[in-house]
Amino acid sequence: MWDALDILTQANFWAATIRIATPLIFGVLGALLCERAGVLNLGIEGIFVAGAMSGWLAVYLGLPLWGGVVVAALVGALFGLIHGVLTVPLGLSQHVTGIGVTLLATSVAYFGYRVAFPNVATPPRIEAFAPLDVPLLGDLPFIGPILDQQTGFTVLAFACVGVLAFVLGRTPLGLALRAVGDNPEAVEAQGLSVVALRIGAVMAGSALMALGGAFLTLSAFNAFYFGMINGRGWVCIALTVFASWRPGKALLGALLFGALDAYQLRIQTIAGGVVPSQIFLMLPYIFSIAALVLVARRADYPRALMKPYFKGQR
Amino acid sequence: MIRFVPRARTPVWLSVAVSIGAGVVALALTAIPLALTGAPVFTAFMLMAQGAAGNGFALAETLTRATPLIFTGLAAAVAFRAKLWNIGAEGQLYAGALATVALGAGMIEAPPYVLMPLVLVGAALAGAVLLLVPVLFKIRFGADEVVVTLLLNFIVLLFVQMMLEGPMKDEMALGWPQSAPVLDEATLPKLVTGWRLHGGLVLAILAAVLLHVFITRTVWGFRIRAVGENARAARYAGLPVGKAMALVGLLSGGLAGLAGASEVAGLKGYLTADLSPGFGYAGIVVATLANLSPLGVIPAALFVAGVFVGADSMSRAIGVSNYLADLVVAFALLSVLVGGLLTRFRIVLVRRGAA
Repeated sequence: MWDALDILTQANFWAATIRIATPLIFGVLGALLCERAGVLNLGIEGIFVAGAMSGWLAVYLGLPLWGGVVVAALVGALFGLIHGVLTVPLGLSQHVTGIGVTLLATSVAYFGYRVAFPNVATPPRIEAFAPLDVPLLGDLPFIGPILDQQTGFTVLAFACVGVLAFVLGRTPLGLALRAVGDNPEAVEAQGLSVVALRIGAVMAGSALMALGGAFLTLSAFNAFYFGMINGRGWVCIALTVFASWRPGKALLGALLFGALDAYQLRIQTIAGGVVPSQIFLMLPYIFSIAALVLVARRADYPRALMKPYFKGQR
Repeated sequence: MIRFVPRARTPVWLSVAVSIGAGVVALALTAIPLALTGAPVFTAFMLMAQGAAGNGFALAETLTRATPLIFTGLAAAVAFRAKLWNIGAEGQLYAGALATVALGAGMIEAPPYVLMPLVLVGAALAGAVLLLVPVLFKIRFGADEVVVTLLLNFIVLLFVQMMLEGPMKDEMALGWPQSAPVLDEATLPKLVTGWRLHGGLVLAILAAVLLHVFITRTVWGFRIRAVGENARAARYAGLPVGKAMALVGLLSGGLAGLAGASEVAGLKGYLTADLSPGFGYAGIVVATLANLSPLGVIPAALFVAGVFVGADSMSRAIGVSNYLADLVVAFALLSVLVGGLLTRFRIVLVRRGAA
């Protein structure tokens, strides 16, 4: 019993929480940016895979680590462009198109990986992001060991939360983006282009999603594995509703999820003999569904979400 | 300037042409990455075609692979008709497979004409109940069924792994996590002795025909279509929208469950956690290629199955990764979506100033 509570006092547990949360922070931010502009992006799962693979491959081929981050973001934006063009001006089903983008991005990544490495027994590795050496704060007891295990990539995720909150809440661009997801007619009346704003938001959001994938191969691990995304993208879609489309709450939701996941990994070693490990592995998914169902009734969906907009037509 | 003018109705030949066109476009688009790898594009496609339908054996293999795809394609088609976004056919397939071994691997001993239907009904029920959960969440709480069905896929797969490592593990299987084999009385008969083709194909085609009749010829079929076209208008017209949704959920989940039963009782003989290489997700592609028509699902499933079987064979011959098949399928889905614009709209060129 005390062992189970003792986990919460370990710096390692909190460090793992942040590490598990980081890709989800990127993913939820990306999903909420798309959805705030009125576009559901179910391409997220595949964009995670493509970001993980392309960022890693770029570094493997000789780019610096931050170069890999940029490559992943560009690849994400490219798939975002595909999703945006198909769903915004062409008005195709956002559900089915998103699944299509996921299938496309996943198969491009897997095919590309197999072409680059036809027969490897163990996946090739890169030199991943090194943990930060945080000045001053890093010397504190308890907090220090948690911070010292994080990398610059995690700092980028936290920075993105602030930047996105500021842009969405405090700038004319953010106002236009929110309006385009709530009331596109009003945006058009202002002389702004609904199509350009929505495609732009989907591209930027998809770039963020790809960063979530790249974090896994460039910071959390140092190689690309098939099936390494394993539903993380879909979890982000659930957390976006939970976060009611706000960057601050997105951070909270991702950290909560990270804590749960880190906890189940540790409690497995304590209760592992009695309870099958799969029960613990199910918990994060069950938690995501529960979170979604609990908030669904009062969820304040962007009003024009999934409603295609055609100029001069109501 | 180009304008889209909505069509009042779509001629059938146009829908068919768009689906075929999408398949051709998908192959053409796949040629680009294929050429980039330096592989001989024409040879690769020829080998794929031969591998999929070059001889009787290849064709039988394609039909075998198409069988679960017809079931999952029907599952997606009936759900998407009603705008119920069931992305959980993969999980429902595993639920059906689990029910198949739970009922058919020794728990009940009965003659084939009892046990076989029992197993099929059990599998369909397992899939149906699994989808009923997100449908009820949607009706009661307004929870988005897309995310719930997607996440349930992962939960079900973990549950299957748990059962296969625990209570349902076959002790005779030398430590491999797999179930006990399905009894002979519950096994679907082979269609041709010595080949893998089995009775599941007959069931799948029968299901497609029945679903077609149900959707086009019955009152509830009409209600389902009405809910899909415009749920709000259907509600104003006094149609039981909630009941229609629940019925769609039962049908869709049941069909996906049958895919699992057919794979286990017809092909594999026992359950492992790698039973399905994504048949549930591929069903979405099949349904979309078929323009959500139950009868169209059959040729669409054959196309997708042919791509996978052909790519495997091509990959063995010249070493190009068989993930090429996934590329073709993804391109086909996106192409048919864009092509669908042609069926829904007439494209008219308008001269600037003339309007």
